[in-house]
Amino acid sequence: MSPFVLHGIVIPAVKAAVFVIAMATMAGVLTWIERRLLGFLQVRKGPNRAGPAGFFQWVADAVKLMMKEDVVPSRAERALHFLAPFLIVVPALTVFAILPWGPEFSFTVPGLGTVTTPLYATDLNVGLLLVLAITTVGIYGVILGGWAANSKYALLGGLRSAAQLISYEVPMGFAVVSVILMGRSLSLVEIIQAQKDAGVWFLFPGLLAFFLYFLSGVAETNRTPFDLPEAESELVAGFHTEYSGFKWTTFFMAEYANMITISAIATTLFFGGWLRPFPNVEWLSFLGIVPAWIWFLLKVSFFIFVYIWFRATFPRFRFDQLMALGWKFLIPVSLANVALVAIAALWGPAGLKVLGVLMTGAFAVGLFLAWRRPARPRATERMGASAEVGA
Amino acid sequence: MPFPLSDTLLILPELFLTTAGLVLLLRATAVGKAGERSIALLSVASLVVTGLLLWVPAALAGGAARPAFGGMIAVDRYSAFFKVLVLVAAAVTILFSLRFLGTSPYPSGEYYGLILFSTVGMLFMAAGTHLASIYVALELMALSQYVLAGYFKQETKSIEAAAKYFILGAFSSGILLYGLSLVYGATGTLDLAAVSQALAQGPRTPLMVVGVVLVACGLFFKIASAPFHVWAPDVYEGAPTPISAFFAVGPKLAAYAILARIFFEGFGPSAGDWSRVVAASAALTMVVGNVGALMQSNVKRMLGYSSIGHAGYALLGLLGYGTEYGLWSILIYLTAYALMNLGAFGLVVLLEAKGYAGESVDDFNGLAKKNPWAAAAMVVFLLSLAGIPPTAGFVGKYFLFSAAMKAGWVWLAILAVLMSVVSLFYYFRIARAMYLVEGEGELKWREEPAVTAAIAVCAAGTLLVGILPQPLVALARTCLLP
Amino acid sequence: MTAAALAFWVLAVLAVAGAIGVVTMRQPVHSALCLLASFMAVAGLFVWGRAEFLAAVQILVYAGGVMVLFLFTIMLVNVRRQAREAALNRLTGSAVLVGVLLFALVGGLLVAEARRMGGPEGAPAASAARLSTTVVEAAGKAPVEVKGNSQAVAWSLYRDYLLPFEIASVFLLVAMIGAVVLGKRTMEKFD
Repeated sequence: MSPFVLHGIVIPAVKAAVFVIAMATMAGVLTWIERRLLGFLQVRKGPNRAGPAGFFQWVADAVKLMMKEDVVPSRAERALHFLAPFLIVVPALTVFAILPWGPEFSFTVPGLGTVTTPLYATDLNVGLLLVLAITTVGIYGVILGGWAANSKYALLGGLRSAAQLISYEVPMGFAVVSVILMGRSLSLVEIIQAQKDAGVWFLFPGLLAFFLYFLSGVAETNRTPFDLPEAESELVAGFHTEYSGFKWTTFFMAEYANMITISAIATTLFFGGWLRPFPNVEWLSFLGIVPAWIWFLLKVSFFIFVYIWFRATFPRFRFDQLMALGWKFLIPVSLANVALVAIAALWGPAGLKVLGVLMTGAFAVGLFLAWRRPARPRATERMGASAEVGA
Repeated sequence: MPFPLSDTLLILPELFLTTAGLVLLLRATAVGKAGERSIALLSVASLVVTGLLLWVPAALAGGAARPAFGGMIAVDRYSAFFKVLVLVAAAVTILFSLRFLGTSPYPSGEYYGLILFSTVGMLFMAAGTHLASIYVALELMALSQYVLAGYFKQETKSIEAAAKYFILGAFSSGILLYGLSLVYGATGTLDLAAVSQALAQGPRTPLMVVGVVLVACGLFFKIASAPFHVWAPDVYEGAPTPISAFFAVGPKLAAYAILARIFFEGFGPSAGDWSRVVAASAALTMVVGNVGALMQSNVKRMLGYSSIGHAGYALLGLLGYGTEYGLWSILIYLTAYALMNLGAFGLVVLLEAKGYAGESVDDFNGLAKKNPWAAAAMVVFLLSLAGIPPTAGFVGKYFLFSAAMKAGWVWLAILAVLMSVVSLFYYFRIARAMYLVEGEGELKWREEPAVTAAIAVCAAGTLLVGILPQPLVALARTCLLP
Repeated sequence: MTAAALAFWVLAVLAVAGAIGVVTMRQPVHSALCLLASFMAVAGLFVWGRAEFLAAVQILVYAGGVMVLFLFTIMLVNVRRQAREAALNRLTGSAVLVGVLLFALVGGLLVAEARRMGGPEGAPAASAARLSTTVVEAAGKAPVEVKGNSQAVAWSLYRDYLLPFEIASVFLLVAMIGAVVLGKRTMEKFD
């Protein structure tokens, strides 16, 4: 087999297949994890019948969804209604080609010898931009799915989604810009390398950027507390009200895939990607026993846990609150942050370290103050007070 | 194209004006409609300061043309000439707006802010020596004006004017941009000097010819010359009258500044190609503008058509490329044009009798009896527009027609003279209404000292240039392109 | 035909077909989708020309931002109401005639010019070579070799074209002011 066929066709094809299958499986398993976790957080059991600890629940769900009737509303735009789920899932899958799961590794194939290949499909010099670009294209599935169904609930969901995406893409972009300033590259692999060279995760100098990024990321993936496009208490099921069966499953899969993407990018940009903790500290080198991709997965899992934790904790925003938060708070803060990081980055590695200390210090002080502040009256008490005033 | 940071000083006036616009926007939100007068006077003051600041880059350049920002713009006397004219036009427009905007329910900060930003665009247009900076500056100017045209948004005509202006303007920008891309494709550069060099050395390719013609079409739209003139009367009629005055003068000055610079400095070597296009457009424009004006009973529309005709005359100066008359005849003519048009529109602003946009010729009936000074000023402007001595219009036309004759376009010069005779008819209609017709009822008059003063200055300038053209001619001859 | 040329033609035809779809579709949402397809094809053309940065930005800004806003507005304003009036009016004949004539004129000249320069096949390699060897000279410093796409764009945008870039920022500010001024529904009463 010639090197071109091997490295140009076979290995990418194998990787693509592995990524797609892994993603589909992960999405399924995630639903089980989410439901079990929610159960734990809400002091109930969650799915516990199918298999050990209910693990096969997701298989049962998948089978059920595949068998369901595929309903299309009578006056729907049939073509677009059909197309929308794919418009959302294809970008969600495409991004997986660029996510850096791990560095180069070697393995032996019988009859071929040792093959060395990185654990990602490709590293582009504009990788980060491409990730942003592809994930935003996914929104068309939501908008068009909402529009094509000829249903008011779905349409409102689609409209909300469009407004929300545009509003939160801006702070997200600025957060990413501050990382680009620190890493001096748009390539995801080079950003990881830059964190190793700088001797510090970009989390610390980019603490503000990280919060901005993750918050916007939660909003972009339509997850609680930003799940207005599918707010079930207002819009039945939002943009996918009129979907059922396999198409609905596709929407669902895309949502989980996007969660993984946001978590993976957060890991890459702020938590050193596949690097073990403290990659430059010699006496911690025993941590290197754990393969790089496990470190990556561990970090990603943490963020996914945070997603689920959010869902169990926060109530949904009102739409005007959502817009006000995005435009009046996140965007100004993210602009100021870019200016701050730019100054530090201009100063050089020392500047980044100083900024890291400052950011972390400010964060710690803020936490301390919040902890010291007397607790606010409980919600029930406040409601009681206002009721008295009202009476 | 590296350049030192100190080049920033060379755009100090523009920077100041932009900052002033931003400050005014914020200030206006604080003082509200009640502080409108102060906002207007502040914007006039900032225009004056900008004019004074023009001295800084001039002193730095030391009298010679000095490229800045890697050849994006140049600081030279040619641009300074246009910059002063544009600043005057903007200041006069703001003075005209005082009473006009004050009696309307619309916010003031954005209005004056947009005028200032539009002026910034014009200043950069006057200075631009690179097609990229020229294009962006042109769009800055145009976009502000689309909004200003529709500023009185409860008036259907205002919105209609904005919509027409915007759609046609965007379309013409597309044509211009396409032409620029072809020019870039043919020469590999957008720098005017480099384009000229490439044209002089390289073969005459069809690509280049199409590019030049398309650029010409895009620019013809901006100066409202035929066959790209249709928008002008509608927009002048629908826009708020002070803004119509601004449209008739400011953008045209700036557009002529870039037209002459692009054609003389950039496309000079292919003058053989574009001069025929320009001649055809000039002839058509003069005829369409003047014949069209004959049939108008609305003064704003009439002035719109008349300004189309004037755009045609000014194109004659472009044809004078290579002769000793070419460029400075345009400079003189545009000075005269600015003064007389601003003055004439100013009187329409004062008269504004029937609500928003009902300024028919009949509204001038009997003006001479009620306000002889206003009627006399109007007569001066009308004479100047028609090109009768001793007014600025005559001086301007004299040099323009001479330029066309020198360049060998005798038939065009004859046509221009004929069309000037035609124009007498419709200008005379206004004079007749003022002096020979009895007015019915009260004459509604927006008494406003600022407007009166601005008109007086315009009238004085028109007469002064007409009687004593020598200083202006001498000045214009030092403000030519290198 | 080489693979590169084939890719070019497929993308080019897609881009033009999308553009034609924009003006011929009756339903505004369909027009918007055609425009989206056209943008995507143009992004593909950028990749073909080894301008990956531009391609990513094209998708990010046009597909991800501008078109989403367009769709938002279309859906908000005109929910599935078919336009009643004819798409083309009595000027159709002359418009088509002028369009075809202009197209023939400009297209013919462009084809002639392309023949003279030696066809599109040589273009991507040449442009890639130019991009990869861009040498930037800063005032008083040693020339810097620019590595990739993004750096080349950055040097060009923030140094050579700094002034137009800044003017464009004022332009965008004006656009924003204009949108607010014209779009605000209720007039504020000032005292």
